[in-house]
Amino acid sequence: MVTRGFFSGRRPPSDTDERIPPGQYLEQGFPVLSAGPTPRVRTEDWSFTLKHGPRPIKKWSWAEFNALPQNKMTRDIHCVTAWTKFNTPWQGVLIDDILADAGIEPPSGFTLAHSFDGYSTNVPTKDLVTGKAMVALLYEGKPITLDHGGPARLLVPHLYFWKSAKWVNGLQFTERDEPGFWELRGYHMYGDPWREQRYSSDP
Amino acid sequence: MSAEPQPQSPWQMATITRIEKRTPRVTSFWFQPSRPFTHLAGQHVDVRLTAPDGYQARRSYSIASAPEAGAGIELAIERLDDGEVSPFFHDVAEIGDEIELRGPLGGHFIWEASDGGPILLVGGGSGVVPLMAMVRHRALQKSAAPIALVFSARVWDEVIFRDELIGLDDRRDGFDLALTLTREQARRASDYSRRVDARMMMQAMERLPKAPRLAFVCGSNAFVSAAAEALIEAGVPAGFIRTERYGV
Repeated sequence: MVTRGFFSGRRPPSDTDERIPPGQYLEQGFPVLSAGPTPRVRTEDWSFTLKHGPRPIKKWSWAEFNALPQNKMTRDIHCVTAWTKFNTPWQGVLIDDILADAGIEPPSGFTLAHSFDGYSTNVPTKDLVTGKAMVALLYEGKPITLDHGGPARLLVPHLYFWKSAKWVNGLQFTERDEPGFWELRGYHMYGDPWREQRYSSDP
Repeated sequence: MSAEPQPQSPWQMATITRIEKRTPRVTSFWFQPSRPFTHLAGQHVDVRLTAPDGYQARRSYSIASAPEAGAGIELAIERLDDGEVSPFFHDVAEIGDEIELRGPLGGHFIWEASDGGPILLVGGGSGVVPLMAMVRHRALQKSAAPIALVFSARVWDEVIFRDELIGLDDRRDGFDLALTLTREQARRASDYSRRVDARMMMQAMERLPKAPRLAFVCGSNAFVSAAAEALIEAGVPAGFIRTERYGV
């Protein structure tokens, strides 16, 4: 339904229309969102753990993790609060390379990403592999700042950005799709921006 | 087992029933949803505007009214000069207009009287809005939960809900208000004229009967970062601090 008196708006340039999911606007800055204070994660204390259910598979220190193969990924990102940011350049370790280093095939089912501040979020495992996602270590060629999730954050650019867990410290494979922090608080289990899967009642 | 929830469109029309200027940059709009809902203090709604060519813009706004206030929900909307939705409300919207609205939303930045206290609230500018819903909820529930609110604004005339907050503070019933003005001198003995810092947080906590079980911080990103740091420095465990940020 048309809103009386609303005409202008911040329409994106027509050549970029197709890159902006419904309900999103183009943001030039890089807003910071988090459910709590920014944790101070020092690389000396940093570690990353891969688990299958409760069973640890492998753990990496900061130096060990940085020695894994690194890839670059420049992607558009979409926040559920309605901003979209184009061409964000990241560098980090593909989830495929983490699994390869652990010597395992990607299990079927789901993955919970865990963070240093207790945050978690769920993603189907198939959405993390075959080059779709990474644990990012650099943004614009520099270490990721603390308020954007440094030293390392998950990057799953094809889903709403709350899935790209900040301050990530591990991935845990689960048989069932277990809701994470925001998914327990009314947000969608999958979060496809192109289908506007923002809240749990969205199809 | 409860019955399957009825499928319903998440969006609904809400009618603007009242408009009241709060400060030079903030105006309150009351919306009467066509399908009335009950929210929790601290929750928000999404608002969606549609242009004749189908273009849509949506934004989230915190609810300022208490759940039990009745007469629709109050959104206190700050005018952002380079904004898209807030200038529409300030320049165009009138009583009787119908606006698409979705909610209530949010399951983290909320407080119910039954949760108890003590609670420490820290707001910067329009970040006070969801905290105001908590303060009003406490008053209407006649809750004895101790709550301290530290509210930072640039100047006295930009203190949203100022008279109402001071009136609640004057009751001395367990709600304690400290205003801090960053560009003007303090006007009340209990107020400050500087940015929030750890000492201010410690003094706010001293006004509570014991350490807060939760702290809620809302405002711009820079404000929330500074306030959360100050709380941690003042001894509040990071896990007790809930934040809501806006802006870049």
